[in-house]
Amino acid sequence: MFDEIRDLYQEVVFDHNRNPRNFRVMEDATRKIDGFNPLCGDRITLYVKVKDNVIEDVSFQGSGCAISTASASLMTEIVRGHTEEETHGLFELFHNIVTGEDQRTNFDELGKLAVLAGVRAYPARVKCATLAWHSLEAALKEEAETVSTE
Amino acid sequence: MSFDVAKIRQDFPILNETIHGRPLVYLDNAASTQKPKAVLDTLRHVYEHDYANVHRGVHTLSQRATDLFEGAREKVRTFINARKIEEIIFVRGTTEAINLVAQSYGRSKLQAGDEILITTMEHHSNIVPWQIVCQQTGAVLKVAPINLAGEVLMEEFEGLLNERTKLVSVVHMSNALGTINPVQRIVELAHARGIPVMLDGAQAIPHMIVDVQALDCDFYAFSGHKLCGPTGIGVLYGKEALLKAMPPWQGGGDMIRMVTFAKTEYNTLPYKFEAGTPAIAETIGLGAAVDYLQAIGMDNIAAYEQQLLHYATQKALEIPTLKIIGTASDKGAILGFTLHHIHPHDIGTLLDQLGVAVRAGHHCAMPVMDFFGVPATARASFSFYNTHEEVDVLIDGIKQLIEVFG
Repeated sequence: MFDEIRDLYQEVVFDHNRNPRNFRVMEDATRKIDGFNPLCGDRITLYVKVKDNVIEDVSFQGSGCAISTASASLMTEIVRGHTEEETHGLFELFHNIVTGEDQRTNFDELGKLAVLAGVRAYPARVKCATLAWHSLEAALKEEAETVSTE
Repeated sequence: MSFDVAKIRQDFPILNETIHGRPLVYLDNAASTQKPKAVLDTLRHVYEHDYANVHRGVHTLSQRATDLFEGAREKVRTFINARKIEEIIFVRGTTEAINLVAQSYGRSKLQAGDEILITTMEHHSNIVPWQIVCQQTGAVLKVAPINLAGEVLMEEFEGLLNERTKLVSVVHMSNALGTINPVQRIVELAHARGIPVMLDGAQAIPHMIVDVQALDCDFYAFSGHKLCGPTGIGVLYGKEALLKAMPPWQGGGDMIRMVTFAKTEYNTLPYKFEAGTPAIAETIGLGAAVDYLQAIGMDNIAAYEQQLLHYATQKALEIPTLKIIGTASDKGAILGFTLHHIHPHDIGTLLDQLGVAVRAGHHCAMPVMDFFGVPATARASFSFYNTHEEVDVLIDGIKQLIEVFG
């Protein structure tokens, strides 16, 4: 019945939604930021530890839908060990693919994040998939205020 | 059954749409209702045959447009049983109506320390305009609490009324919970202390007979687009004596009688509050919507929708992981719910795959979500053109998505 939507809700998404990785408070975070999607009420608190321009650790807390939770969980896994510049590049690539600006059909460059590429067919859900990433961008820029997807 | 829903559905062309290859099941009526042919035809007819600006020209077309426009005002007056057409102010919608009262009545009357009383279940549009006027005047916004069923705690409400209370503004029917508030009692309690009452009727008016004289409320606000009418047109009803004493809100054309650079004389009611060219075709379209609904009968609509709500509620209760948010004893045709471990946004996307349109989110009532400790809910909201079969599609869809999520 829900065959077509399997592009959006892949097994990996369900898995990360049920068991989000790095879903914890980080006491020694160097940056902490609150993200908020006013459209649906999704909230995220993101903790980042940056040392010598490299992201040593990322964790998050909050509540959101399966897409936003899985996206945050996958993000915390994938950016660890990357430099701030590399992370920014990945954000841009991911953002452009899910918003449909980048129309490629090969998602190898996205690595694990490729499971979220299906979001591009659901414009109403793009903000769910990008909330954690917008929050991370803001944290790296050290923007103090709450991040909003609006 | 005297209510022929199959026949009614033929009046709504959009109900023939398919979504993802399935028949549309439109259950987002609390956000906006669909439009019957009678309204669509009226809009087209106005623009093709009767359109010009109103209250201006001596030419025939302007007179024709004005007659239709003012005719719609009379239709609305009858619909809500207001005493006079002077009491029917056309605005963009409920939100603008509340802002009008806040900025005209509120701003001119309120002083530091005065209080405005609302309830926990208000839509943002019945919270924020009061917060703004409170900032401007130093008045204080007070909030009457609700219980876990989503009903106003009337003793607490009464306890909050005091000599500082200058206005009560309460939702007639909650958009997030479906609760129909005991507004007659609320008006009695407030009036006993000389306090005027505004009712936010955006959700109530499509579902029941609203008689502003019987309610004895001082202001009543509603939107055309939730009443099978066009967007961009709504109504503020106000008692004539109050409206007369209120200063204008917006300045411009139509709201004046005479302008010199030294002094402006304002127009009479209702035009004093209708600056600028109004939504002409939309207003006439609202008149057509009112005619359409009255032909069916608001009492018939109310009775049929109560059956639908009862049926949907019973079916929903059979799903163990489903929790209904909003279980007031007096409730309109809104089913707000959450599912254990499944976020409302995911519910909305998955049901959409089955052609079912529901709202997922905070419903512009974030304090209500906070009260129930949920970030959001899913909401199926019914109209008189929905069917029991559509309820079955909804319930079946919910069961399927629970299975998919495991």
